[in-house]
Amino acid sequence: MSNPSLINSPDLDSWIVLDADGTVHVRSGKVDIGQRISTALSVLVGEELEINPERIVIDAPDTSYPDEGITSGSNSMMQSGNALRYAAATARRHLLENAAKALDAAVDELTMDDGLISVRDTNQSVSYVEAMDGQPFGIPVDPDVPLKAAENYRWIGNETAPRHMADMVTGAMTYLHDMVMPDMLHARPVRPPRYAAQLTALDEAVVERLQSDGINVVRDGSFLAVAGEDEYAVVQAAGRLARAATWASADLNAADLYGQLTSNRRDSRPVINGTPENAPVPALAAPPAAAAKTLSARYEKPYIMHGTIGPSAALAQADATGALKIWSHSQGIQPLRSSMSQALGMDADDLHIQHVPGAGCYGHNGADDVTFDAALVARALPGKPVMLKWTREDEHAWEPYASAMAMELRASLDTNGAILEWSHESYSDTHLGRPRPTGGGEGPARLLAAGYLEDPAPPFVPQPSMVNHAGLHRNIDPYYTFPSVRAVKNLVRDLPLRTSALRCLGGYANIFALESFMDELAAAGGADPLSFRLRHLHDPRARDVLEAAADAIGWFNPRADDVGRGLAFSRYCNSKTYAAIAIELTVDDNAEIEIRNAVVAADAGEVADAAGLRMQLEGGLLQAVSWTLYEEVCFDADGISSRDWETYPILKFGQVPPVQVVIIDRPGEPPLGAGEAASEPVAAAIANALSDATSIRARRLPLTPDNLRAAAMGADA
Amino acid sequence: MATITLQVNGETHEVDADPATPLLFVLRNSLRLTGAKLGCGLEQCGSCAVLVDGASTLTCSTAAGDFQGREIVTVEGLAGGGKLTPVQQAFVDAGAAQCGYCIPGLVIAVTALLGENPGADEAAINEALEPHLCRCGSHGRIMAAVNGLFGGERAP
Repeated sequence: MSNPSLINSPDLDSWIVLDADGTVHVRSGKVDIGQRISTALSVLVGEELEINPERIVIDAPDTSYPDEGITSGSNSMMQSGNALRYAAATARRHLLENAAKALDAAVDELTMDDGLISVRDTNQSVSYVEAMDGQPFGIPVDPDVPLKAAENYRWIGNETAPRHMADMVTGAMTYLHDMVMPDMLHARPVRPPRYAAQLTALDEAVVERLQSDGINVVRDGSFLAVAGEDEYAVVQAAGRLARAATWASADLNAADLYGQLTSNRRDSRPVINGTPENAPVPALAAPPAAAAKTLSARYEKPYIMHGTIGPSAALAQADATGALKIWSHSQGIQPLRSSMSQALGMDADDLHIQHVPGAGCYGHNGADDVTFDAALVARALPGKPVMLKWTREDEHAWEPYASAMAMELRASLDTNGAILEWSHESYSDTHLGRPRPTGGGEGPARLLAAGYLEDPAPPFVPQPSMVNHAGLHRNIDPYYTFPSVRAVKNLVRDLPLRTSALRCLGGYANIFALESFMDELAAAGGADPLSFRLRHLHDPRARDVLEAAADAIGWFNPRADDVGRGLAFSRYCNSKTYAAIAIELTVDDNAEIEIRNAVVAADAGEVADAAGLRMQLEGGLLQAVSWTLYEEVCFDADGISSRDWETYPILKFGQVPPVQVVIIDRPGEPPLGAGEAASEPVAAAIANALSDATSIRARRLPLTPDNLRAAAMGADA
Repeated sequence: MATITLQVNGETHEVDADPATPLLFVLRNSLRLTGAKLGCGLEQCGSCAVLVDGASTLTCSTAAGDFQGREIVTVEGLAGGGKLTPVQQAFVDAGAAQCGYCIPGLVIAVTALLGENPGADEAAINEALEPHLCRCGSHGRIMAAVNGLFGGERAP
């Protein structure tokens, strides 16, 4: 058994609870962040227990339920989904065995449906509740229990109605931001102008006036917040307090970013089959003698942000003993609890966190930091529930961004046009900044406010991840078969902005480089990009998604002169969902790209919830279209200048292309994580289509008119 | 503080508040109508839209006092007797949401458009959706729902 979720929580009762009225409760440690994991989990459990998934209750994840770490890495189906499938199958067998005794029948004479177990062709039956006889399951999940065969599926693979859909359209859905408690205070943090800052003075007269107006001012070192009963009064008070604060602040490092990526000090590791090694980095040797052509190219990607539509919020309340009850939309309530208990010097048992949905987050946005902020304010105002919300500006300027990256590639073709050798070096800050205690006090160091307290946490110094396909080296290892591969990760120091995990981590930039370079090599060898990929791709499932995407876009059909077509492929982490993207686009006289058609073809193994999978693929594609065409966090010595939606534009409705989703279902095959797969190949598919339409090879994201013109100038030079 | 009189979802409410308080805060905190969301406070994202005299209106920055005497309908006030409106039903049928945070604002925008211009063409639909942002990439399903309402082709 390799599923960490079952290793941590082996008992069936911790996963599935049958209550006295027959309702099945599921307790997953994975949280629903709009990716519809709760719908998929209900399908898996309902299938094994013969209960309509719509009637299964998914309990709100809570730190007293199974510890499944962080909802990330497209792992939820492979961890929680796998655990719950086996838990439900174990429960099914247990119920049938108990019912057989109660009915004095053999198990194979029994049928089960909708809460009732019956002896076939008789009117004898017991309910699931009666079969349990008031007892818990009291057994471990059996990882070897037989699963229901694919040919008997009733719900798996169907289009299941997403949970909460009706509540979303009527306003009845309760997000964390909508919670209310008696005597609740609203709170807002007051941030310094830049990261490196110390609060040197606070106008006491202003503080006194605020206090006389019923506003609580909370200060701990350079952490500053206001709290009060009326939310709008609190918003105004935050502005008044900001003007009363004097900060000593250093300029932001605004030196040439892409230069710094490859010139700053760094920690370099070779990556072998996707796993970094503690070994010297092999030098890039001269191209082999058999090389007929050798190409080199450098690709670049800026900082981009998660850009949640609902700025982060958290609710916290300290009781008389100092214990904290917290409501958070963090993707990792368990590691957050451990990190916060260290930062607050509290026993973890005195911190209880329940997950409540927030707006979509797509990785490590402000959710964890706001939870710590709320705890700090709640601790200063014991007894009062504190709802602390970040502003739009807080979220834009203080969330941990996806790191800027540079990728340097070189490859040689042999005389037959096949790839002979391949080298890929990636340069980036960390993608792994989530609060997660790893022994060295790193949990507190990763909480934003912890660095500003009177007794501050030490600065966060990321260590290179040595985990297969983790942070910046995700998908640096080509899924293609090449005779020789050199891959190197460079964790770069002293870069300007705070960074952490955004959907795909380093994989988005690595696949942009890898799949753009594949087209450049195909062109150098005079080969068709699809055929060139297939020639180097031996996994039939990978070939199937590429061919499906090419078919759907009409790869070999004639096209208008101004239309460009592009393809790209990746298998997420080389072990999860296979995805191919095909794009058709045009470029207007202002160098603006218009995507005319987009296709995603994917193989996610056995599909539990087809509607949910389609939504993840389509949503992942569109989010990456937005990253690729529009997004870049801007900053200068004065600080972050992307502070709202006008200074950080994202995809708008009028810019959305038609998207075709092709799903290759594999019933009986293990489900493969799908939440990030569609995003990775998008940038290269667009860049390849751009090259096809205009002969401009753009190697710096985003593909804005300015960057396109610069690329065209570079090619002319 | 002053007493502000608001007509919301067919009822008259008298609320004690600073009249400069944005309408959104009054709806959410005083009237506990939390369907409209705070997304930016800058009228840039559309999460806070409600109907004001039938028009889709952003509420995160405009003073509640300015809405006295107007007919306000929030997303909670659309469905009568537990039955979804055609717009709400279209969103449900299309599965047009992921996190759902932007959806109340979009339901309001489409409801307003259907009232004002039931024959709206693609350009009019785009104009109505223009103030709204979605980050999950649900745009395609949302547009499938909307196009169906305006007699267009439904996406698969």
